[in-house]
Amino acid sequence: MTEAAAAPTPTDAPATPAVVDRPIPPRGWLVIASKELGDHLESARFAILLIVLGLAAGIPLYLAAEQLRTLASQVSGAQAVFLAMFSLGPRDQSIFQFDVTVQGFVGLAAPLLGIAFAFDAVNGERSQGTLPRLVSQPIYRDDVINGKFTAALAVITLVLVSVVLLISGFGMLRLGIVPTFAETLRIILWLVVTIVYVGLWLSFGMLLSVVVHRAATAALLGLGAWMLLAVFGNFLVQLFLAVFLPVNASGTAEQQIAGLQVQDFVMRLLPVTIYTEATTVLLNPTVTSVATLSTINQYVQKQQQLPTFLSLDQSLLLVWPHIVVMVAITAVLFAAAYIRFMRQEVRA
Amino acid sequence: MSGPGRTESRTGRIRTEPPIRTRALTKQYGDLTAVDNLDLEVRAGEIFGLLGANGAGKTTTILMLLGLSERTSGAVRVVGFDPARQPLEVKRRVGYLPDSVGFYDDLTGRQNLRYTARLNGLSGAVAGEKIEMVLDQVRLADRADDKAGTYSRGMLQRLGIADALVKDPNVLILDEPTTSIDPIGVVEILDLLRGLVRDRGVTILLSSHLLSQVQSVCDRVGIFAAGKLVGIGTVAELAARFGEEDAHVEVGFEGTSDSAVAARLEEVLGAIPDVTEVRRGSHALEPWTLVVRPADAAIRVREAVLSVSARDGLHLTSIRSVTASLDEIYSKAIRAAGLSSGAHRPPSKPAAGGKAVA
Repeated sequence: MTEAAAAPTPTDAPATPAVVDRPIPPRGWLVIASKELGDHLESARFAILLIVLGLAAGIPLYLAAEQLRTLASQVSGAQAVFLAMFSLGPRDQSIFQFDVTVQGFVGLAAPLLGIAFAFDAVNGERSQGTLPRLVSQPIYRDDVINGKFTAALAVITLVLVSVVLLISGFGMLRLGIVPTFAETLRIILWLVVTIVYVGLWLSFGMLLSVVVHRAATAALLGLGAWMLLAVFGNFLVQLFLAVFLPVNASGTAEQQIAGLQVQDFVMRLLPVTIYTEATTVLLNPTVTSVATLSTINQYVQKQQQLPTFLSLDQSLLLVWPHIVVMVAITAVLFAAAYIRFMRQEVRA
Repeated sequence: MSGPGRTESRTGRIRTEPPIRTRALTKQYGDLTAVDNLDLEVRAGEIFGLLGANGAGKTTTILMLLGLSERTSGAVRVVGFDPARQPLEVKRRVGYLPDSVGFYDDLTGRQNLRYTARLNGLSGAVAGEKIEMVLDQVRLADRADDKAGTYSRGMLQRLGIADALVKDPNVLILDEPTTSIDPIGVVEILDLLRGLVRDRGVTILLSSHLLSQVQSVCDRVGIFAAGKLVGIGTVAELAARFGEEDAHVEVGFEGTSDSAVAARLEEVLGAIPDVTEVRRGSHALEPWTLVVRPADAAIRVREAVLSVSARDGLHLTSIRSVTASLDEIYSKAIRAAGLSSGAHRPPSKPAAGGKAVA
């Protein structure tokens, strides 16, 4: 035992470096978010986001523009013309499988964007070998997920808002349609709901990135889920309903209504249904109900009803449950990702 | 030093708690015990080598020290804190170089370090200075503005050390710092570590499976096998405990090419007590080796060589004891532990050794 025993003894002089009265950075997630934001803005992903949302806005608008112009001149002064830019498609819709409207396109693209910006959030760090380094910094582990979620949502929101502003600008300048105050609020609400919907898929992507260790596998799974739930979901569920829960066409009116309500319920298990219903109500003030009516009387009442515009608060009331459900699903997915990540080994 | 780190010792003197201490630390993955009742103490200002084969439990231990992995049982104190309870306090004081460290390929070395600095609450000019300093220390300053994706493995390893140093740590924990680096790079890194201890009083815990590489730099080593410490102490102490029964003394003489001189030498040296064998060098200039048994007689043998050469007019040119290499000690220690493993604790159990040294 030579220098080894001697070395540790002088504890006074420089034995401990003058460290750490530095505060723990209070917002580790903010540092991570800002770094991720920078990464996103320079990434190929961002370009794809621009293209996808650009197309989502451009194509329907182009197709609907002519119809809009005639509509605008006919019903000038009517409440919902501005909103029609978002919810109106071309006259001949039957050739397209989907709603060729801004609303429909954005609804279709939102899940894809959510997954694209999150599927490699954690497993990417893992495969790069940066995860152990990252979590050994003085931050909480959930800061990693929170930061990445925030950054991705911020980027998508940014582009989404820009697109909506572009459409609005186009509407005002080229078509001469100016939104009313209520319409503006409706657009904003539609944006908020869409962002919540993107958040839902982001947290799903985040969960995939935590659970699936290979980014490519996570991407494929995410894409598969998108196809299944968002693209063919409606179709598949309708097929399922037609086979297993058909509405008895020869039954009484009550039986038929009951059957429809069951179908309604099953359809609403799809997040895409919830989102579509919510945005349809928000963008279209003439939609006064989202549920299948439950009694014959309601049908009768409805037929006697004059076509009216729903006021904004009434529309909001109608879709409030939808928004709550979406937020709840997001929270559940996020919590799952969070719990899983907290317990995970960091080693590659 | 932080408040909780101080303890009153029996002599009444204020003594600082060792930077790293574990008591009966255990980690189980299902049936597999990755770390088994580990008692480890790393003292302030030393370089401690945790040596063992891949899968011996080194990385698991390190992750538990950092609070990145939950322990099954036992106690850990790192820089005065329990990493499971106050991971942030530990992480802001402990720099960590993970095994096969990675960086963001699209960012430059400097940008990577800046990110780490910001995560540690450093920003602006302060961070810039700090980064400049650590880049200099690991000699990466000239490549700092290249993308990390273009770095060689050795450069990444050095950048990893810089990254661990950005936060101005009291303790550095390095997992396999010399793996996949060329021999010259290894020497550079070991020099760097020595310098850090000397200039900044950092305490270093490093793990390695390349024993001979880190032998020179470690003040003390712990030999790790199957989740247990089978030996702990300085290399010399371990050599005494786990070395061969034989010690070797190398002696050089003039004129050994002359067969008459050689024969006489052989006779004289062979007559020294406790020398069991005299091995000639394979050529004239190579020193001879005296095999000494028991090993602790080596000092007496060296003195005897000096006195007989003086007495008989032999022209002694060199003499030195050859310590057992760490590789040798390692395999011996493992064998010793393996032989006595069972219901009883092996006699060479580290805990006893650790205390004896302390």
